[in-house]
Amino acid sequence: MKPAASPRDFWFWTTLCIAGLFIVFLVYPLFSLFASSFVDPDSGGLTLAHYAQFFRKKYYYRALLNSMSVTACVTVLAVLIGAPMAYLTSAFHIRGKKFLDVMIIVSMLSPPFIGAYSWILLGGRSGVITTFVSDYLGLRMPTIYGFTGILLVLTLKLYPFVYLYVSGALKSIDVSLSEAAESLGCDPLKKVFTIVLPLVTPTVLAGGLLVFMNALADFGTPMLIGEGFVVMPVLIYSEFVSEMGGQANFAAALAAIMVVLTCLIFLGQKYVVNKKSFTMSALRPMKPSALAPLPNAMAHTFIYVLVFLSIIPQLTVVYTSFMKVNGVVFTSGYSLDSYRVIFDKLGTAISNTYLYGLVAIAIIVLLGMFIAYLATRRRNLITSMIDTFTMFPYIIPGSVLGITLLLAFNKPPFILSGTALIIILAFVVRRLPYTLRSSAAILYQISPSVEEASISLGCSPMKTFFKVTAIMMLPGVMAGAILSWITVINELSASVILYTGGTRTMSVSIYTEVIRASYGTAAALSSILTLTTIISLMIFFKLTGGKELAL
Amino acid sequence: MSVSIHVENVVKQYGQVTIIPDLSVDIENGEFFTLLGPSGCGKTTLLRMIAGFNSIEAGTIRFDDQVINAIPAHKRNIGMVFQNYAIFPHLNVRKNVEYGLQFRDVPKAEVAKRVDDILKTVRIEEYQERLPERLSGGQQQRVALARAIVVHPNVLLMDEPLSNLDAKLRVEMRGAIRDIQNKVGITTVYVTHDQEEALCISDRIAVMRDGIIQQINAPQAIYSRPANTFVATFIGHSNLFKTTLSGQELRFSPDYSVNMGGQVRGDAPSGGAVTGVRPEEFSLAQPGKGLAARVVKTTFLGRYVNYELEFADASLLPDQAAIEFSQDIGTAKRVFRTGETIHLEVNPEKINVFTEAGASLMQGVTP
Repeated sequence: MKPAASPRDFWFWTTLCIAGLFIVFLVYPLFSLFASSFVDPDSGGLTLAHYAQFFRKKYYYRALLNSMSVTACVTVLAVLIGAPMAYLTSAFHIRGKKFLDVMIIVSMLSPPFIGAYSWILLGGRSGVITTFVSDYLGLRMPTIYGFTGILLVLTLKLYPFVYLYVSGALKSIDVSLSEAAESLGCDPLKKVFTIVLPLVTPTVLAGGLLVFMNALADFGTPMLIGEGFVVMPVLIYSEFVSEMGGQANFAAALAAIMVVLTCLIFLGQKYVVNKKSFTMSALRPMKPSALAPLPNAMAHTFIYVLVFLSIIPQLTVVYTSFMKVNGVVFTSGYSLDSYRVIFDKLGTAISNTYLYGLVAIAIIVLLGMFIAYLATRRRNLITSMIDTFTMFPYIIPGSVLGITLLLAFNKPPFILSGTALIIILAFVVRRLPYTLRSSAAILYQISPSVEEASISLGCSPMKTFFKVTAIMMLPGVMAGAILSWITVINELSASVILYTGGTRTMSVSIYTEVIRASYGTAAALSSILTLTTIISLMIFFKLTGGKELAL
Repeated sequence: MSVSIHVENVVKQYGQVTIIPDLSVDIENGEFFTLLGPSGCGKTTLLRMIAGFNSIEAGTIRFDDQVINAIPAHKRNIGMVFQNYAIFPHLNVRKNVEYGLQFRDVPKAEVAKRVDDILKTVRIEEYQERLPERLSGGQQQRVALARAIVVHPNVLLMDEPLSNLDAKLRVEMRGAIRDIQNKVGITTVYVTHDQEEALCISDRIAVMRDGIIQQINAPQAIYSRPANTFVATFIGHSNLFKTTLSGQELRFSPDYSVNMGGQVRGDAPSGGAVTGVRPEEFSLAQPGKGLAARVVKTTFLGRYVNYELEFADASLLPDQAAIEFSQDIGTAKRVFRTGETIHLEVNPEKINVFTEAGASLMQGVTP
């Protein structure tokens, strides 16, 4: 690197390096994925047979229909729960709102498959609730497996996105808008529909999109609780695993279909939101008021029941992790057996999680700061393309990314499959956006003249970045890095495809233990993961002074 | 339609803090009534009580004969213009103006006609399809006004509507507001801290301080005969002199006194009094007559020259170090320089005499 050689300064070379990284680790793999979906594994020639096969066989295209139906239902339900909840907690006094918020965030940030397997423990074939209902009430519970289970778990897991988004948007509505409506003769209920709702509609759509993308891409939940109800990520995974050794061309075609679909939905949402969006800033945000006794009781019931339901999985895993086990079966009484077992047998999974996570975070922080800087301060064709590429993780489901990386790096010149590096790579690609966005957000608040002052005093652009800009960016970067960290350690859908015996992480181990029906060890691992998440969240709140999460 | 407003003994408290201890005022049907005072005097609080956004702890507010204390804001049929305009950002200009009519059972054809008329009145008809973010501050102001008037409210309430505009636009808009109010003839309560704005726009002004009305009267009456020294200094500028009163004779110094010619109340006690003299109520006297003062600072303002003057005898001015004197450039023989000594007389027909506690002693002045 040659700093200060004017147009080819430090940032010129940084741009080149990052562009190179993106081409090798993102563009090239995606290209290979699309390419291999058109390749006939036997002859090596070009073919559309994989796509034809998908749309011909009901077993295959039904997975797509299943995915779309369950995802659409999850999105609608999540919006119907999250948006009213956000309005109630913003407009009215709700007891214990701080505590509720923390519970909601914990339930949102812990791995989705923990929800699936806790609900199996409770409502599954031999679940606690199921047994209770049949033994004492003589009734048969409706099955929790399949569509219902996925809907239940994903809705409870994902409505917090809508809740947090809409809560944020409601804070930006000035109270005078609502008073203006009242002064013109609008009653409080009509006001919600004619003023408040239209104003938060773009936000509701953005939150809904996030829910949709997450629900569509989620692998762990439908894998555990879906049983016969096969959705796309599960189909991709099982086709890929059964094709291993071959070229995995059919799985690549499935993945390509999914990426095209998510792209279309993403662009469609962007178009709608851009048409509807407007800027608002509140000098006097809405203040919560008191509700009449009956509506007040109803609002509290609604909120507390939902938050309790969404935190049930965490309570269940922590409780069951302390239950006595005989082999893999729970018996009465309590013990630390499960913890003993995981430290004996699965100790590497724990150390792997923290090791890979920390390495990934180090790379994420460095890349996030550089890319944020380039995209905000050195805007040109290449840097804006890099900025666009960082949006990819939104549209590429984790399992698809796993397959993409594996297909690209299991042959020379890059043989990375089976190494820790490929898992770290997946972590970085998937979780970079959190750090990137919070870094960019804080950069917009730092005046460029501060850097110019440093350079005018004789400090090179590179030194200025590290001595001045980077230090001023740090609070924003750290806040994003903790979110990246929490989501890295909970990552499953890509790592479950990329892991081998030696590189398994905690979330992968929880998944494999649940598949083996070894619920005690799964619960113990989940508890450790949940505890790490909660501690990280507390650090986040400490660092940001109780600011909301920017997702 | 338009109503009179009767505020009787209202009290406003936030927790332990009393904002308005006991306030009564009657606002006549169709008048443009301004609440004027420094920030924190309770003027916006009172306005929001009339609007229904603040609770009323005690006392009553009536629109004509109807007590409105318990009527929620959306049923009071008011039109309100907010300080930040509060234009709905998701609706275009026309939809913003139409908004209030949907709650009032107005036939469709009449809605269109009323909206067309009001858009024309406030002169924004060419922007009716625009979204608010593409409007200037003055245009947003006009939309806010149109939206409040189009519903034919009982009263029009305006909360510092011009404070976010630049100086030139402020002057233009206050003219427009006054014209439109005249045309519509609606009872208007207007809140401002800008005394010039209040003087030029209002039929009557209530000057407020610490939740108490100091004086209610027409602008000219308030300016020329303020009820107390607070009003005298808050509205325009008054130089407050320490003087002695005996009967109609008002003595400034051993050498200078004036006869008030019956303007001071007959029952005014003899002894110490505070006299308020506005900068333009002085005239130049022959050397050796009047009050001698030294020029400290000269400020040329075009039509006027403003002087800052000091007296040799500091006890003449209990609360100020210097006085202000305005010289009309059209009649001035010459402009004085810093350091020169000049002699001033006061105009006994204009000046105001107050008790030492600050209440007016002038004939016929009531709070």
